[in-house]
Amino acid sequence: MKQRSRKEKFIRMMKRDAALHLMLLLPVTMLLIFHYIPLFGIVIAFQNYNPARGFSNSPFVGLNNFKELFLTPGFVQALKNTVIIALGKIVLGIIVPVTVALLLNEMRKARVKKTIQTMIYLPHFISWVLMAGIIIEILNPRSGMLNQFLGLFGIDPIFFLGSNKLFREIVWVTDVWKEFGYATIIYMAALTSIDPSLYEAASLDGAGYFKKMLHITLPGISMTIVLLMTLKMGSILNAGFDQIFNLYSTITYESGDIIDTLVYRLGLGGGRFSLASAAGLFKSVISGTLLVLSYKVAHKTSGYRVF
Amino acid sequence: MFFKESIGRRVFVVFNYTFCIIMAIVCVLPLVHIFAISLSDNVAVNAGLVKLWPVNFTLASYEYILSEAKFFRAMGISFTRVGFGIAIGMLMTVLAAYPLSKTKRQFASRQIYVWYFMVTMMISGGLIPNYLLISSLGLIDSVWALVLPSAVNVFNIILLQNYIKSLPDEIMESAFVDGAGHFKVLFQIILPLSKPVLATLVLFVAVAHWNSWFDGLIYMNRVQNYPLQSYLQTIVVDINMDLVQNVDDLLLNVTQKSSKAAQIFLAMLPILCMYPFLQRYFTSGIVMGSVKG
Repeated sequence: MKQRSRKEKFIRMMKRDAALHLMLLLPVTMLLIFHYIPLFGIVIAFQNYNPARGFSNSPFVGLNNFKELFLTPGFVQALKNTVIIALGKIVLGIIVPVTVALLLNEMRKARVKKTIQTMIYLPHFISWVLMAGIIIEILNPRSGMLNQFLGLFGIDPIFFLGSNKLFREIVWVTDVWKEFGYATIIYMAALTSIDPSLYEAASLDGAGYFKKMLHITLPGISMTIVLLMTLKMGSILNAGFDQIFNLYSTITYESGDIIDTLVYRLGLGGGRFSLASAAGLFKSVISGTLLVLSYKVAHKTSGYRVF
Repeated sequence: MFFKESIGRRVFVVFNYTFCIIMAIVCVLPLVHIFAISLSDNVAVNAGLVKLWPVNFTLASYEYILSEAKFFRAMGISFTRVGFGIAIGMLMTVLAAYPLSKTKRQFASRQIYVWYFMVTMMISGGLIPNYLLISSLGLIDSVWALVLPSAVNVFNIILLQNYIKSLPDEIMESAFVDGAGHFKVLFQIILPLSKPVLATLVLFVAVAHWNSWFDGLIYMNRVQNYPLQSYLQTIVVDINMDLVQNVDDLLLNVTQKSSKAAQIFLAMLPILCMYPFLQRYFTSGIVMGSVKG
């Protein structure tokens, strides 16, 4: 009896919501084809995949690909590079935008502030391909603007993009240059939501600008900072494929090769599909776990919800 | 005491304005530099004479590009993918965002779908399985390989569903009472009210498609099917060129420099033209998407 009424209720719900299900049909199918089906392709990480034989006929080799991966020259280095580059980006990606947002917040001339914001958001919208083209030109050892400038101080030309000592620094600096402006948006928004009466009260108590910044502004956006920091922890293995791929070269593999670029070279460059998939899966599992964890922490600490 | 502080404040204000203005200039300087190179004589460029103003002004590199059919074909493919990308991407976003904006009581199966979409953000097949899928679907060298895989963008869906949620329920309820169905409510009531968000999303999708280069590089076998950014990736990004010491190669490198710069600039131009509109919408867009979550 109870079973039946539940079933009836289910049917009634389905009828009522039919149009909603119909709407979702197309997006759900697209995700099924282009997202869920490739998930089954992960099996090739456990196979000795041979394109001619396909998924079903390639022999399973267990975890051999993962063992081989750690013996592959350059993998451990790539892992190390990935974490170093990504960590640097995470730290700089918080410090710089927060500092700039605080400085912009102190500006009283609205038009100057607006103009500055317009200018610093722009690089975000230019692709890494074009940015890399520009950066390569500026860092050119012969004619580049930077070496010309350093030449004024009697410094010999430096082949920046050919130096393992400087490569990571270049990656950090150019990433900050491209993205810091855009990242300030979120902090600027958080700043506008601070109650102005707090500042008035502090002024009456004789607090100066610096004290107000330290005791009102910074705590006012601290929740946002913590939230973004938490969410960014999920990207500890995302060092930025687009940027690295367009700036690195054989000379700088040692300091700049990351897991994503290695996966590309092993797989599509070298035809070693199984090994590349194993590397991709290794990264994907760690990233996915960290992402879920960071969402959980963000939800607990600040009530953040994705949907 | 009061006087002292105001001096400190004044020093700070001067420093702050100076610093922020320099910072803003540094952000756009490289773009000005590349534009200046594109308008300069190659010899001057290679001697490192060009900074922010053209030296020995010439339009030679632009004339050269005008004769390059490859460049314009690639640009055409990019515009095609942007067009299809917007049309299909927006349809998917709208169709998914409306049902997901309902509460659990209004839409009994909502949570199942939410999970279905969420999972795709946490795990993906990765490069090799994706490539194998596209190739087994026979989409290699087809523009659909650039449009379909990214058609459903979960972040955009979240953004739009958050906006729809924020609309007052009464508007929809009165329409339902009048006998309107979900499709009618979505297309005749919700969408007209969501114009600002939809504009933001169209711009996001357009920029993402215009700037996309890696999919073109892997899914297109033939260079004549490359979208613009993939095509430029193959000619602009060549660090090893810097190493070349051979005189013949050096000359080759020299002749290419300002035309490379011109191509970079032309590829940025649509973004620069769209930028005023982008500016107006994206600030609100990103805030809606990430702070409220």
